[in-house]
Amino acid sequence: MSVADRLAEPFDRGGKGSHPIGLTLLSGAIAAAVLSPLVWIAMRVLQVDTEYARSILVRPTTVEILLTSLALVAAVTGASILLGVPLAFLTVRTDLPFRRFWTIAVALPLVIPSYIGAFTFVMAFGPSGELADALAPLGIGSIPSIYGFWGTTLVLTLYTYPYVFITTRASLLSFDQGLVEAARTLGTSRREAFRRVTLPQLLPGITSGALLVALYALSDFGTPSLMRLDVFTRVIYVEYNAFGRETAALLSVQLLAITAVILAIESRIGDSNRGAYVGTSPKESETTVSLGRWTAPALGFCALVVCLCLVLPIGILLQWLVRSPEGATRIASGFRLEFVLNSVQVSLAAALVCAVAAVPVAYLAARHRSRLAELFDRATYVGYAMPGIVLGLALVFFGVWYDASAGGISETLLGSNVAPGLYQTLPLLIFAYVVRFLPQAVGATRSSVRRVDRSLTEAARTLGRTRSAAFRRITLPLIAPGVIGGSALVFLTTMKELPATLLLHPTGFETLVTYIWGLRESADYGAVAVPALALIVVSALSMVVILSQEDNA
Amino acid sequence: MTRHVHDERSAVSTDRSAESTREPEGDPVLSLEGIARSYATETALSELSVSVRDGEVLTLLGPSGCGKTTTLRLVGGLERPDAGRIELHDDAIADADRGGFVPAEERDIGLVFQDFALFPHMTAAENVGFGLNDHSKAERRARVEELLALVDLADHGEDYPGELSGGQKQRIALARSLAPEPDVLLLDEPLSNLDVSLRVSMREEIRRIIDETGVTAIWVTHDQEEALSVADRVGIMNDGRLEQIGRPETVFERPASRFVATFLGRAGFLSATVADGVLLTEVGELDADALVGVERSDWGALSEEAAVDVLVRPDDLRVTPTSPADADGTITRRQYQGPSFVYRVETDGGDTVQSLHGHTEVFDVGESVRLDLVANHPLVWFPSA
Repeated sequence: MSVADRLAEPFDRGGKGSHPIGLTLLSGAIAAAVLSPLVWIAMRVLQVDTEYARSILVRPTTVEILLTSLALVAAVTGASILLGVPLAFLTVRTDLPFRRFWTIAVALPLVIPSYIGAFTFVMAFGPSGELADALAPLGIGSIPSIYGFWGTTLVLTLYTYPYVFITTRASLLSFDQGLVEAARTLGTSRREAFRRVTLPQLLPGITSGALLVALYALSDFGTPSLMRLDVFTRVIYVEYNAFGRETAALLSVQLLAITAVILAIESRIGDSNRGAYVGTSPKESETTVSLGRWTAPALGFCALVVCLCLVLPIGILLQWLVRSPEGATRIASGFRLEFVLNSVQVSLAAALVCAVAAVPVAYLAARHRSRLAELFDRATYVGYAMPGIVLGLALVFFGVWYDASAGGISETLLGSNVAPGLYQTLPLLIFAYVVRFLPQAVGATRSSVRRVDRSLTEAARTLGRTRSAAFRRITLPLIAPGVIGGSALVFLTTMKELPATLLLHPTGFETLVTYIWGLRESADYGAVAVPALALIVVSALSMVVILSQEDNA
Repeated sequence: MTRHVHDERSAVSTDRSAESTREPEGDPVLSLEGIARSYATETALSELSVSVRDGEVLTLLGPSGCGKTTTLRLVGGLERPDAGRIELHDDAIADADRGGFVPAEERDIGLVFQDFALFPHMTAAENVGFGLNDHSKAERRARVEELLALVDLADHGEDYPGELSGGQKQRIALARSLAPEPDVLLLDEPLSNLDVSLRVSMREEIRRIIDETGVTAIWVTHDQEEALSVADRVGIMNDGRLEQIGRPETVFERPASRFVATFLGRAGFLSATVADGVLLTEVGELDADALVGVERSDWGALSEEAAVDVLVRPDDLRVTPTSPADADGTITRRQYQGPSFVYRVETDGGDTVQSLHGHTEVFDVGESVRLDLVANHPLVWFPSA
């Protein structure tokens, strides 16, 4: 091509930081798809008679559900802070023995889905559980019930405090102890320095962890259902199964509204977080707090937490596994390898789709700092914040509506309904997973794109490579670890996803999760052991992948 | 007291506009005409015109934000000009008015990045060979070996960038840019990411490599010593404009503007008034022929009693302690630099000048001093602001 030809080319302004049109359209389409469930819920609610809607929303049981949900969120969040912050402090700033071990051990409960934890707690402390059996010969006939508010709070706290632990730990690690020394030289006491310097620096970290816990507690479906606490998620599911779909839709909107409030608080915290001072690497040895005679109680505290979160549930599951030959045969008859393959299959599909969808959104957000790019990036987070039960319900509405419409059109045009259905099909289930977990892939991908210096692709271009060749040869290999890490996270979370799976899995398509769920009323806890342990092992393996990705980065 | 300052270069024309005719000969390879570029709110470049001749090393020197890196990015094709035209070998590669633009990958212009921008997932040899996509495998290997030898890193071809030292990364980056035999090589502050101790040897090494390949180069820097020592010609940029361009010694000795005078080396100004063909300063009279550019057109335009400022560098002046009655000014600061002292003197008339002395000539701050002009070269003057 001659220079004159090139000069005749239209002067596109792509190089001036404006959006590449193709990439922008692609990102926009992905964002729209992820946002669509909100539309389905809204459409369904608008069909409900206004008077009926009002009567549902103000009836006493609805108010009670609201209050119970809020109380659960508050209790779990408060308790998680009480567990997570001291543990973070102990593992970062003190001379606690075996700190490295405890750091990993107290973060590990993230690997165990909370409903599996709830299962084992019911096994251990329920009316016919291990503890009751052990105490019965001693003449103690009844123990406080594990069901209800406090049991739910306990279990949720034990499996969500790691969020507070991890964010607080990060704040503590990045906190520059030199700031406290500066404050002391400016005449403040140790206590005052803590209040005026340390605390404001740590607060954003603690708060962001606490908000994650609050969102989890509000949206968790499995634990309250197993522990028989009537919060939004449980009631929505019950109503849905009792054909109270309108009530379920109305409650879903209420639940979404509360979620939105928590998110609004979080985004404000996120803004103030930007002002946080990031110091130079802290000189650990100089500022470590010596525990002295508090060493034993501190060790005891860590050990207790780890016992309750990890040793107890895994111990119970292992015990059930080996206990009786009778149990073993029942496991063998009820459990099939197919469930594992099904779980792995849908999770892999979700991870793959997320990886592919995350790259354009993340690339646009990382390379083109504009409102539109940020909007698309943020939009992918909506599905993440949406409680799984609400998402599942929204896609049920969509599937049913689509099947009816497509069937209708097909019959009108062709005389018979030959349109492929969507409701309770694998594509819809996988789409639900993608909507829920795409942000995990987007987040990991976006930060890895940001780590690839712009000058690397510019260097490739001055060396004769086109924009797309530079992307293939330079950007893609360098962001691959981030994309794979994000997808591994999607795989992990999809494997243990409960509510959307329950609502959307095709009939006869059993996964580990639906199988475990089916056993909840049977009191046949021995049969839970194998799939539950399998889930924990898969989760743990994925966590290993994620950690190794972080090490490479 | 009249001081005669001898112009040793009086034989050469002192008309600054004519200087360019004395520069090294060579056809222009690259030329920028009326280039302007602005970002959201600020203007990075306005009306920049410059041409680079075949085989020369042109350094662009200026404070940060002066537009020198933007100039490189425009030439490299990483940015588009808002106005103006860039030509490479008489072909337009960017023309804002006619709307033409040759993308970076089709320009045959190499760029050495400030942070080296080595691809971390490729070995040094793979980095060097990256731009050789049109070559056969054997040709490519031979060329890579040749370049690794050129930059003295023949044994490091299999190393990854993470395993190389700063200076080695710099050499690999240079080799990578040179591998496709670019028409023009651009260097963006190539030494700023290196240890200070390495910079002097590295800049000589880079100049050697450039000379060996004979490539035409534009070298951007904010370090005046670097700019003056490696350049065939140096361009001083400020605020998006080219203030002056010429041989390093010309630019240093005959700055075309106050900015250039103060940016290169230490500068003091003595205020003076024109009277009867001579300049009256606080430290005595200066004959008009002691000045650069007396034939300058604006000299004739200066009316009697017009105010001008004469540029005096620290080595042009000497101070001698004296009684306050005979004094021209007072020492206000003393800077010890090891082998020498630089004294800052505030004259009675309010000018601030500096004077360079050996380390044995110790005077105190507050001492009254007489000032003597000892320059053995013509002095530069500017109309008073």
